[in-house]
Amino acid sequence: MRRRPWAIGFVIFLGLVLSGGGYAAATNVVQSEVSSADQVAEGRKLFLANCASCHGSNGEGAIGGPSLIGVGAASVDFQVGTGRMPGQASGPQLYKKPVQFTEEQIAAMAAYVASLAPGPAIPDAEYLRTTGEDIDLTHGSELFRINCAMCHNAVGAGGALTEGKFAPALGGVTEKHIYEAMVTGPQNMPVFNDANLTPEDKRDIIAYLKYVEENESVGGYELASIGPVAEGLFVWIFGLGFIIAITVWLGAKAN
Amino acid sequence: MSEIEKVYPAGLATNIQKPISDPGIEPHRVRMTDKSEKAAKGAEQQIAVMFGISVIGAIVSIWGFFAFPIDSLADTRNNAFWMGIGMALSLLGIGFGAVHWAKTLMPDHEVAEARHQARTPDEARAKAIEIIKTADAESGFTRRKLIRRSLYGALAIFPIPALVIFGDLGPQVGDTLKHTIWKKGVRLVRDSHEGGTPIKASEVTIGSVFHVVPENLKDIEDHAEKLNQKAKAAVLLVRVEPSELKEDPAKASWSYDGIVAYSKICTHVGCPVALYEQHTHHLLCPCHQSTFDLADHCKVIFGPASRPLPQLAIEVDAEGYLVAQGDFTEPVGPSFWDIRQS
Repeated sequence: MRRRPWAIGFVIFLGLVLSGGGYAAATNVVQSEVSSADQVAEGRKLFLANCASCHGSNGEGAIGGPSLIGVGAASVDFQVGTGRMPGQASGPQLYKKPVQFTEEQIAAMAAYVASLAPGPAIPDAEYLRTTGEDIDLTHGSELFRINCAMCHNAVGAGGALTEGKFAPALGGVTEKHIYEAMVTGPQNMPVFNDANLTPEDKRDIIAYLKYVEENESVGGYELASIGPVAEGLFVWIFGLGFIIAITVWLGAKAN
Repeated sequence: MSEIEKVYPAGLATNIQKPISDPGIEPHRVRMTDKSEKAAKGAEQQIAVMFGISVIGAIVSIWGFFAFPIDSLADTRNNAFWMGIGMALSLLGIGFGAVHWAKTLMPDHEVAEARHQARTPDEARAKAIEIIKTADAESGFTRRKLIRRSLYGALAIFPIPALVIFGDLGPQVGDTLKHTIWKKGVRLVRDSHEGGTPIKASEVTIGSVFHVVPENLKDIEDHAEKLNQKAKAAVLLVRVEPSELKEDPAKASWSYDGIVAYSKICTHVGCPVALYEQHTHHLLCPCHQSTFDLADHCKVIFGPASRPLPQLAIEVDAEGYLVAQGDFTEPVGPSFWDIRQS
């Protein structure tokens, strides 16, 4: 049977479409957010203008800033998305402050830094849910107590570290930023990679934190949840103050 | 030299010629409520209001009980708050009212009463001695030596059973302070109430922290014993850049490619030390701020702890899981007086 010339062309076209489309579909699964070359280029511009003085013109690190090679999009999204970056002053720890960039700009910088070397990606919305049948608050609470509570306090109220550093309070932090902090270990926080706490574990932890945040404390007024110091101070000042005032009144003569 | 200095040695001089005179009772001050009937009437009303607040408090307390029924644990907050406030008001209302009544309306004339003579009159003392002597003569306590001495003996022996009971306070500590359940080849597993999963060296990336217990902990059936063993064996597992570790050559084989494991029990008073800072490698104890340098064999760099956290020597088994090379080589937790004796 003689093949027609257009048939060969059609087969080649079909093959290209299938392999190209298939490849694109396959890579989509691996990297949920495919960043375009334009976005990376835009990110590089923003990076050179805002970050390169500390982190080096290729993100290799310089005096005052660590290398960003391999830190991943999650790291950029956390640091810039919470306003910690660009840092305003050197010190024991960088503070959260008003965010300096738009979401598109942050996404562009994240895409650029992610293009330098593979690193943790911005988490999938699936792992940022705080409600659902499969979410186990008790499990999240246990994991939080084992891995996080020593620094961040049992209900995420934060706490002091060494030499002026501190673990910040977790109330009001978005689900995405909590997830990104676990997976990237910002500043002096250790890393909790997916082999240590699986994405499902992280989701349960976040759900527990949101539960604590949204439900009032069972044991009465929290006094900022910072534990025996706050409670002791309250009793010393107001409790003892009340007793002293009554004692003075008991001993005073009526007019 | 004055008269006083001659009579008394230095430091004991007391001027007995001019003792401080009795100031007497301070002059009586007439209260508003004594002077004006209107003020007295006002005080009466105030007292009545305080007793009234007490009644309101009691009602609030009862209302709190019914208004916030405890259907779930979260309901205890409002229930306890309103019942507590109500009870406090009802008690304080009575108390404050009574005190205010006494202070404003009851008589307030100052009165002085002289002290009584403390010494018993001589007659009574003589009588008491007579009673004792009669009792001695009648019972024969002094005369009958056998009875007296055997009674002394009985009184001396009778407390001994109470002392013997102390022998039942529990088993002796023995060498339990010096050993944990870590053994050669025991896998390091994640801390979990379900038993925990083993950890591969490849899973511990740089900057990671794992909270670890020995795998054989789950084999202990008795809950109390399990907690006791966990309290000694808990370990913190961290990987740092190998070039950042300042390792003693003799202990260089205790780590695995930058992965180090240290006892989590503070050497000061035994709190769990787990506040790890990724870049400074500081390990902080939250109880008394003892700080250990994890990169330098957990040397104490701040705080009341006096010796480094013991290091658990680790290696990797054939399947790539982290295992212990053996038990800790020194006791974990707070120091004790014979810690160096084997």
